[in-house]
Amino acid sequence: MIYRENGQFKSSYRADQQIFPIRQDRYVVLGLLLVAFLLVPAMASNYFLQAILIPFLILSLAAIGLNILVGYCGQISIGSGAFMAVGAYAAWNFGVRIPELPLVLQILLGGVFATLVGVAFGIPSLRIRGLYLAVTTLAAQFFVDWAFLRIAFFTNYSPSGNVSVPALSAFGLPVQTPMQKYLFVLIFVVVFALLAKNLVRGAIGRQWMAIRDMDVAAEVIGIRPVYAKLTAFAVSSFIIGVAGALWAFVHLGSWEPLAFDLTRSLQLLFIVIIGGLGSIVGSFFGAAFMVLLPVLLTNVPHWFGMSIGVDTASHIEHMVFGALIVFFLIVEPHGLARLWSIGKEKLRLWPFPH
Amino acid sequence: MTTRLKRAVLGLSACAAMLTMSTAALAAEEQYIPLLTYRTGSFAPLGIPWADGKLDYLALVNERDGGVNGVKLAYEECETAYATDRGVECYERMKGKNGGASGFDTQSTGITFALTDKAIVDGVAIETMGYGLSHSANGAVFEWNFPLLGTYWTAADVMIQDITKQVGEDKLKDQRIALIYHDSPYGKEPIALLQARAKEQGFKLDLYPVTAPGVEQKSTWLQVRKNRPDFVLLWSAGIMTPTAIREAQAVGYPRDKIYGIWWAASESDVVDLGQTAKGYKGITIHNSAEDGPVHDAVREMHAKGKGAENGDKYVGTLAHTRGMMISMMQVEAIRTAQEKFGKGQHMTPEQVRWGFENLNLDEARLKELGFEGIMRPVKTSCSNHMGDDWARIVQWDGNKFEVVSDWYESDKKYVDPLVKEMSAKYAAEKKITPRTCEG
Repeated sequence: MIYRENGQFKSSYRADQQIFPIRQDRYVVLGLLLVAFLLVPAMASNYFLQAILIPFLILSLAAIGLNILVGYCGQISIGSGAFMAVGAYAAWNFGVRIPELPLVLQILLGGVFATLVGVAFGIPSLRIRGLYLAVTTLAAQFFVDWAFLRIAFFTNYSPSGNVSVPALSAFGLPVQTPMQKYLFVLIFVVVFALLAKNLVRGAIGRQWMAIRDMDVAAEVIGIRPVYAKLTAFAVSSFIIGVAGALWAFVHLGSWEPLAFDLTRSLQLLFIVIIGGLGSIVGSFFGAAFMVLLPVLLTNVPHWFGMSIGVDTASHIEHMVFGALIVFFLIVEPHGLARLWSIGKEKLRLWPFPH
Repeated sequence: MTTRLKRAVLGLSACAAMLTMSTAALAAEEQYIPLLTYRTGSFAPLGIPWADGKLDYLALVNERDGGVNGVKLAYEECETAYATDRGVECYERMKGKNGGASGFDTQSTGITFALTDKAIVDGVAIETMGYGLSHSANGAVFEWNFPLLGTYWTAADVMIQDITKQVGEDKLKDQRIALIYHDSPYGKEPIALLQARAKEQGFKLDLYPVTAPGVEQKSTWLQVRKNRPDFVLLWSAGIMTPTAIREAQAVGYPRDKIYGIWWAASESDVVDLGQTAKGYKGITIHNSAEDGPVHDAVREMHAKGKGAENGDKYVGTLAHTRGMMISMMQVEAIRTAQEKFGKGQHMTPEQVRWGFENLNLDEARLKELGFEGIMRPVKTSCSNHMGDDWARIVQWDGNKFEVVSDWYESDKKYVDPLVKEMSAKYAAEKKITPRTCEG
């Protein structure tokens, strides 16, 4: 009854083509943004901001990037950890070598370098597809891990191979307390999420989806696979690179290549699969599932006053987490985003379901 | 469907509410000590006895002495699996609990790096006994870091000293020394010092990185066989150590030419290898191979069913003793702080930091604590956050570790300039103005 677009007539192309054509959606998104920008910083504890919300937001951003490649363009990649690493190290190198560069520019330049590396490793996708492509992106992962471990230039000859950023500030404002960091990350995530949402429903997004659904047919109707696939790699790795720079700069503050190893790539792939392939909002659901659930599971025994060893707790956490992934994929193979859209469909019919 | 959705939403929000609530559960008068541990993952063989040692000593202080001057210790573990991001999450969760954390023993060089920057902002001491950032010994720059009793630079220095003693001062320059290291900040730490010594003393240094977690070392040891270094220094941990020793056996490299860092030289590393590892040498921080009265006290406590879950299983092993030493230093820091700021009171993190900085454990005090023979007196100061570094060499005889050397202290001629240079670089990078320390 409430969620119905009856009576919302579009009298201009502009109105018809906006990101959220249904008024209720607009209100919900606006409301969410208000909550995220005003209510959350005022209410949430530092722990909640720093240990849960910031990683959740950054991983969501990375998942959006990966979702463009895997979910929208159908190119499987398990090298996203590598592109995050490239973003992080490139941004850091700019910061160290050109200290005058503003922080936001450093992070964006990190994204640019991730794009270059991403496109380079995307070239094989023109010839190979599916699981074989996954294997070549794995090569990116190993190569980048190796490069940042062994080429001392990238870590500015740091003897331990560990690099760290000084106190951050952007536009003359400090980015140091959890709240400032949260807002800083939030701005990036909101901007990129809206950009991505807009991209995937535009011409280029439709090309990606055509390639995903059947590349031969797409070619027949005049879509150039080279262009479509490489732009998907470029946009995807740019966003992932920015997420990587944020992860390193804002979340960790100090890192080594291990922070972006294969586990990170697989984690991102799981986020995308669980959240929903080909869905921007699904990336957020998936990241929430991946970030919140382990923290929740480690805390569950405490609430019931059980004192089990941390090792047992950690093993139980892995088992429950694995079981939940299997359960979700059986119940809803299209991910959490699909549950969301089913919910929306039901809401439209409510309270008169057929 | 809608009701199911509603229920799910309600359930999730209830979980979130509980999550925020659970952080303020403990009573405020207890002194809170967070314990970062890794009982899972590839470093678990080292992590389990280490964590048990830390836990056992804290339990002992509560059981035997009723806390520190009557202030009970509250402690809990957080599993990091040696992953930096998990460690950061643990830190954020634990740093503010119960009137503030008394100090973090991160058990990982990577986590230490990440927390060092955060600790300055939050004001929490980072205790890294025998590991961490070697240059954080400079307390003027690193106000909150305490690499007590030794760092990787002092360890590498002592190893070279022992080698010098064996081959003779004049022969050292003809030696070829290989460093086989875990390719992470942990393994890379000693390189700076070894290079400085190699340059000065003329021995040849080969570097062999091993990719984490270190189960694949075939090519490394083939190179060792080819190049035949006179000595191998092993900077490994967890599963990497037994793998290295097995590979050494496979290529016929004598085990008594291998020196393991203290984290690679505990019983759990070699006990399964038995005779294969015979002759394998390790360095111990102070004399952690020795048994003392404190071990008897812990065994007594275990007999009553208190302390770590594993009971006596690891008591007396090097890693366990080292864990106890870490907890002991933490407790003594709290005690020292209490002597200045008020006996029998809860200490804030800032006060505990002062305690770390003014530790003075003399012979008599160590005897009282039951650590006589296990370690030597140590005294920290504003400028020296490491205190006194002493180390000995132990050797595995197939069944147990035997102490085979006298006490060594690192040669400050090589260590100090590095500490000075690297900490100055750090201060410049982070725009920190070093404190002035009197004296």
